[in-house]
Amino acid sequence: MSGAPNIAAPGAGIGRRGRLWVRAALLPVLTVVAALLLLWYAGAVWMNAQWTRDQAARAGTEVTLPLLLQDTLSQERPLLPAPHQVAAELYDTVIAKAVTSKRSLVYHAWITLSATLLGFAIGTALGILLAVGIVHNRAMDMSVLPWAIASQTIPILALAPMIIVVMNSVGVQGLLPKAVISAYLSFFPVVVGMVSGLRAPDAMQMDLLKTYGASRSQVFWRLRLPSSLPYLFASLKVGIAAALVGAIVGELPTGAVRGLGARLLSGSYYGQTVQIWAALLMAAVCAAVLVGVVGLLQKVVLGRMGFGR
Amino acid sequence: MSGVFGLALVLAVWGGLWALNAWLAARGGRAVRLAVPAIFGLTLLLLWEMVVRLFGVPGVILPAPSAIAAAIGANLPLLWGDLVQTFFKGALTGYVLGCGAAVAVAVLIDRSPFLQRGLLPVGNFVAALPIVGTAPILVMWFGFDWQSKAAVVVVMVFFPVLVNTVAGLAASGAMQRDLMRTYGASYGQTLLKLRLPAAMPFVFNGLKIATTLALIGAIVAEFFGSPIRGMGFRISTEVGRLALDMVWAEIAVAAVAGSAFYGALALAERRVTFWHPSQRK
Amino acid sequence: MSSVVSAKNLNLTFDTGDGQVQALSCVTLDVARGEFVSFIGPSGCGKTTFLRCVAALETPTSGTLSVNGMSADEARRARAYGYVFQAAGLYPWRTIGRNVSLPLEIMGYPREEQRRRVKDVLQLVDLAAFEGKYPWQLSGGMQQRASIARALAFDADLLLMDEPFGALDEIVRDHLNEQLLSLWARTEKTCLFVTHSIPEAVYLSTKIVVMSPRPGRITDIIDSPLPRERPLDIRDTAEFIEIAHRVREGLRAGHSHD
Repeated sequence: MSGAPNIAAPGAGIGRRGRLWVRAALLPVLTVVAALLLLWYAGAVWMNAQWTRDQAARAGTEVTLPLLLQDTLSQERPLLPAPHQVAAELYDTVIAKAVTSKRSLVYHAWITLSATLLGFAIGTALGILLAVGIVHNRAMDMSVLPWAIASQTIPILALAPMIIVVMNSVGVQGLLPKAVISAYLSFFPVVVGMVSGLRAPDAMQMDLLKTYGASRSQVFWRLRLPSSLPYLFASLKVGIAAALVGAIVGELPTGAVRGLGARLLSGSYYGQTVQIWAALLMAAVCAAVLVGVVGLLQKVVLGRMGFGR
Repeated sequence: MSGVFGLALVLAVWGGLWALNAWLAARGGRAVRLAVPAIFGLTLLLLWEMVVRLFGVPGVILPAPSAIAAAIGANLPLLWGDLVQTFFKGALTGYVLGCGAAVAVAVLIDRSPFLQRGLLPVGNFVAALPIVGTAPILVMWFGFDWQSKAAVVVVMVFFPVLVNTVAGLAASGAMQRDLMRTYGASYGQTLLKLRLPAAMPFVFNGLKIATTLALIGAIVAEFFGSPIRGMGFRISTEVGRLALDMVWAEIAVAAVAGSAFYGALALAERRVTFWHPSQRK
Repeated sequence: MSSVVSAKNLNLTFDTGDGQVQALSCVTLDVARGEFVSFIGPSGCGKTTFLRCVAALETPTSGTLSVNGMSADEARRARAYGYVFQAAGLYPWRTIGRNVSLPLEIMGYPREEQRRRVKDVLQLVDLAAFEGKYPWQLSGGMQQRASIARALAFDADLLLMDEPFGALDEIVRDHLNEQLLSLWARTEKTCLFVTHSIPEAVYLSTKIVVMSPRPGRITDIIDSPLPRERPLDIRDTAEFIEIAHRVREGLRAGHSHD
């Protein structure tokens, strides 16, 4: 163990640049987040006050300010749950419950995430393949690309309920129908982004390879593919966020009992607002992690290749 | 035997029309650029119709395009009512309010670099979140009618437009801002004459992204509760009754509405940012 | 003669990521009314920085600087000068005419007056026929001429030009130099002109300020004996070549420090 690197005391690694970063980037973000939390609390008091007053009027008691604050922030089914109520629910369903339990939010998140990831993988792979075809085949380019671009302007998410129900009726259930929705939602951004990426090399770069007598596949592997990566990653970020939305919406129509979408739906049926907010925050965390992972990958890969310097 | 025959016929039609497209694509020209995608679209519709008829695909799995067209023709008033409810009342109201608020906030925080540095990462973060998930909450707050859908749309379009507008306001060059200083221009003059016009390409980028989001938000929010009209309501109930021709009809209307909305924005963009390199001919 | 720009012991230090950079060191200079002064030197010698100080786009760390007898910032707010940048920087969403009227709008000139002045200055730079065109429809040389018209529009006595022809090819540049000289002769403005071309500096100027970098400072001030009336072929005369030689010597002396 003597060879272990010397880990500096906390904060020792934060040099001038680090402190600058805290002041320039972290402090404003924290301020805005704190302001949002404060607004949230104020909103909770304001929105839940009506119910408290009604209860008090029914009971014939006087509502004092401390009582109002206490009650509005601790109702069972508030119109707007306070942040700490949501935090408590999150703690209860994420940490206190076993991961395999049907009441664990981690379990529900995993159901949704697995469909998201499967669909995203399928959609991305197909998207890249189609983009390669479009770039190399003029007829495909002219036939397919306009439709791929147009598809971005229409709400294809509206197809989701039908896909779920139709696949159900032919006996396909569970993961796959949701993954299909995630797949086609991530498919189109990847096609469009990848096509512009593969076309990113300018005429001079292409001409240079031509003077070497490079073959089409050499041009593809040595120039087009590397140049396309910044575009690919940009569309992957869009695609994975869309895939998650697709998986969540895919859980709505059949009244599924598992998954984040199901938690949203059952929460809205039974007026369990705290449950809705907890599911919503969990979905937000999932989205942040997914986009964050893609972003990290982008940073590492593009950094290695010398982009963005 | 008829299955093999059907398959052969489908493949033959596909191959033939593809060959036609490949031949056309090799010639080039303006008419070809319009004709090729149109032929491709018609090919898909034709193949769809043939597959459904030749293989007897049941309507509860995939209705033929002709059946969908018939459903559209027979239900025009109903579809129009749904469009008014979801698109004009829900999506459009929310779109105008949300985009307006976003541009206003972007201009308001323009003078505070601190607020911008704080709001931008938060805005970028929120823009990537599954915001349609707020639909059940907003339906609870604003009721079943279009107001709650407009609210969902407001939340969905706000951040993409905000982030784009802030980026746009920062887009004017240092030299151009120095020029305004040499004229002794006030903050308001610089904003009005330089920075807002220079921001327009960015603003329109945000506005175009927001058109699709608006329609999605309004439709999906109806899955969480709506009066007995609206495109999302119709889709979810007709799916439940396995009346898929009606679902496809509604989707076709949504597609037309979506592209028309986007097209209108793209047209406005052309008129406002005619000077931008991406718009010049 | 009264001095339009007067700088005494001007110092300016920039704080950059890796330490301090002294952009200007003890710069002392007087510019009289009606002079055409060129600033020449390698990049980093502070010639642009000095011009930006005069325009109050930078603030000197120490020393005194007066423009038209006021502080530089007062002069800026009194709209004492027109500034021409390295690039034309015309607004692509405005026509040439509306670009030229931009400073007039900001300074609150009446509509009628705006229209008259735009016509006049566009005439002056030979662009009268292009008033309704957009900048991107014009060549680089024409764009730069429009930006000069823009700087002339509000008729300030002082013209500050920061390598205005640096991005243009030599043939266009010769033409514009000739036009600029005749413009200067007709309008009797005071010009401060930054360049890194020796022939350009000698051809245009009544006074040439040679500067050198690290720290940015003045190494030589040369008063030109050339007549005010200068055809392009004056550049082949022995007098011209001798001044050019002296400027080159000054630049080389500045360089021997590093």
